Amino acid sequence: MDTLILSRIQFGANISFHILFPTITIALGWVLLFFKLRFSRTGDQKWIEAYRFWVKVFALSFAMGVVSGITMSFQFGTNWPGFMESVGNIAGPLLAYEVMTAFFLEAVFLGIMLFGMSKVPSWLHTLSTFLVAFGTTMSAFWILVLNSWMHTPAGFEMRDGVAYATDWFAIIFNPSMPYRLVHMLLASGLTVAFLLAGLSAFRWLIGDRSNGMRATIKTGLTLGAVLIPLQILAGDFHGLNTLEHQPQKVAAMEGNWETGPNVPLVLFGIPNEETRSTDYEISIPNGASLILTHKADGIVPGLNDFVLEDGTVKHPPVAPVFYSFRIMVGVGMTMLLLSWSAVFFMARKRRGVEGLPKPLLYALVPMAFSGWVATLAGWYTTEIGRQPWLVQGVLTTEAAVADVPAPLVASTLIAYLTIYAALLFAYIGVLFYLARKAAKGEPIKPRLPVSKEAPVTVAAE
Amino acid sequence: MYLFGDPETWLPLAFAGLLGASILIYVVLDGFDLGVGVLFPFAEPEEKDRMVASIGPFWDANETWLVLAIGILLVAFPTAHGTILTALYLPVAIMLIGLILRGVSFEFRVKAPAQYKKSWDNAFYIGSMMTSLSQGYMLGMYIMGLQVTAFTLAFSAITAVFLTVAYSFIGATWLILKTDGALQQKAVEWSKGGIWGLVLGLGAVSLASPWVSPRIFDKWFSIPEFFLLLPLPLMSGALIVLLWIALRRLPTSDDSFAWFPFAATIVLFILGFFGMAYSFYPFIVPEQLTIYEAASAPESLFIILIGTVFVLPMILGYTALAYTVFRGKATTLSYD
Repeated sequence: MDTLILSRIQFGANISFHILFPTITIALGWVLLFFKLRFSRTGDQKWIEAYRFWVKVFALSFAMGVVSGITMSFQFGTNWPGFMESVGNIAGPLLAYEVMTAFFLEAVFLGIMLFGMSKVPSWLHTLSTFLVAFGTTMSAFWILVLNSWMHTPAGFEMRDGVAYATDWFAIIFNPSMPYRLVHMLLASGLTVAFLLAGLSAFRWLIGDRSNGMRATIKTGLTLGAVLIPLQILAGDFHGLNTLEHQPQKVAAMEGNWETGPNVPLVLFGIPNEETRSTDYEISIPNGASLILTHKADGIVPGLNDFVLEDGTVKHPPVAPVFYSFRIMVGVGMTMLLLSWSAVFFMARKRRGVEGLPKPLLYALVPMAFSGWVATLAGWYTTEIGRQPWLVQGVLTTEAAVADVPAPLVASTLIAYLTIYAALLFAYIGVLFYLARKAAKGEPIKPRLPVSKEAPVTVAAE
Repeated sequence: MYLFGDPETWLPLAFAGLLGASILIYVVLDGFDLGVGVLFPFAEPEEKDRMVASIGPFWDANETWLVLAIGILLVAFPTAHGTILTALYLPVAIMLIGLILRGVSFEFRVKAPAQYKKSWDNAFYIGSMMTSLSQGYMLGMYIMGLQVTAFTLAFSAITAVFLTVAYSFIGATWLILKTDGALQQKAVEWSKGGIWGLVLGLGAVSLASPWVSPRIFDKWFSIPEFFLLLPLPLMSGALIVLLWIALRRLPTSDDSFAWFPFAATIVLFILGFFGMAYSFYPFIVPEQLTIYEAASAPESLFIILIGTVFVLPMILGYTALAYTVFRGKATTLSYD
């Protein structure tokens, strides 16, 4: 394998590992604020129980997110120097604003949020929780501004191969930014909703009947049931936006080769770039035309339009985009089914958590990490769908890669993959360990032993 | 943009200043965190908990200064960022893996089942060591102008060890400030053991930079610069003597002067840093690329500067708040 593909795998692996944790912390910060505010309002212990359990999950996820995020800020330079040299005048300020307005806010107030509950007044602790949640969301905002700009660049001009900003408003509010931001924030909300529900279902199944757990599972399932239809709607709008700005990506998502009307919606198939057709296709007639244009005979772009006369392919690799998109949609539909039936069973005869059938509870446990699967699949769809461009129409991925020897990239890649696999294993293991410990009713706050010894006095010499 | 004359001149200088400040703050703040990690194998299990408690609320924000520094390098001097980081590809990768191990071990060691605690303690130590050693190695390579020869590799190996020992020293002085009892006494002993690393490290860097670069030699050893710069080494020498005296008398019966070694070490780090900054100015990639050649477009720098002017005082303000909330001796760390 050459340096380009190895560097892409390495960056892909790092960013995939990284995004797992912000996806949790962005929304979990707000959920913790909700728990804290409910406690302040009602004084009901169950809310602080829920807070104490989930703040530990937050702390762990936050640490994982911070350390994997640092890796990426270095890899721009080590692996992709062409990126900053070409579009640094735009990417730079956006990244700088992220660090200054968001990163410090989260990192500093995290200390007070985690360890300051007894050291500061309650309002300051609540404020710290708010600032951490706000900081993580601001981080997401700036990063998605930059990412969206790479898909739909605007507000700049090129001089001698270098981008110069002409309109910062147009750069920040570039055409795909609002859709991508909303889609990602909702994805974070859903990931957390199913994490709350899944871990709580696990606790219920091993015998936990505590009020904190009940409050959490209700919060999770309700949040999931409310957000999933919004997400389906937001995803649809995002797709229409992509159709307008990156038609080749939509063509790959739909597995559509020829531009034309009455395009079917392919439910399943195996895209074949050799024959330029989809094998074993199962499809709904006119489906894609209806979804994308809201007309049965609407024109849907096809991949063959993005092959130049000389045979150069200017569209993304079809299969990964096609499959990732279907995985994302499939998980979304499962989320809809499970969260709505769960809310139905809880509301029926007002039975609450007792009303949930056992098979549903068992199904919720593996769904704890379903948000991760959908988020990653969604990101693969949009990011692989951008290839061969790094910045759509401005800079190709190939032109940005560093001239580092392939064996060096390969060896660091193996090191990263090993450590990521080990950490992911440990992370999921610890989450279930914490859940088991909480279910047994053991004190859920990890207390470090208090030093018993009095200060030793030393006689002056 | 024309506040202070030509923006092509003052903007790169302002950002070089910001970059320097971020690196300096990072080295001091994460220096003591990493140092505490380096000292881990010398402590008893109960002491380890208190050592972690002393840095727990801060390490995250401390590490953020590294992100800011690399961000400024990336943003303000993109060509230098590419040149330096591709030249340091391997040590950067080792540092990043070290930072990952160190950062997650904080959380895992108290949350994982008890039988794994020792393994996470080891990961914490190994991560801190990897980070410190690779940073010291990169410092050495940078001073040697990013050239790879047998000599520069040997020099970088030496700076790797010295920076690690210097981190363990500032870590030990932090523990003198933040702990009491037997652990504080241990920290005093650790400081006595580590002070040589600081002295030799400062000495090696001070001698090597003028020796490898005639330009730097001329900047230091011509008249009148020599006399104007004389206070720098003299103050460093005086501080080291004072530190040595203080360490022999600490801890005092009423815990007075527990702050002194840590404060004095910070001043030493600052003096050393100014010496280096003076040597290398105006180069950002030693002897290859000046800050003026490497700087981004003034329009982009200016829009970042506006934000910085408003945000940096706020960052410093709430950082001070955090240190105030968690002042005093570290004993427990709980989510209450």
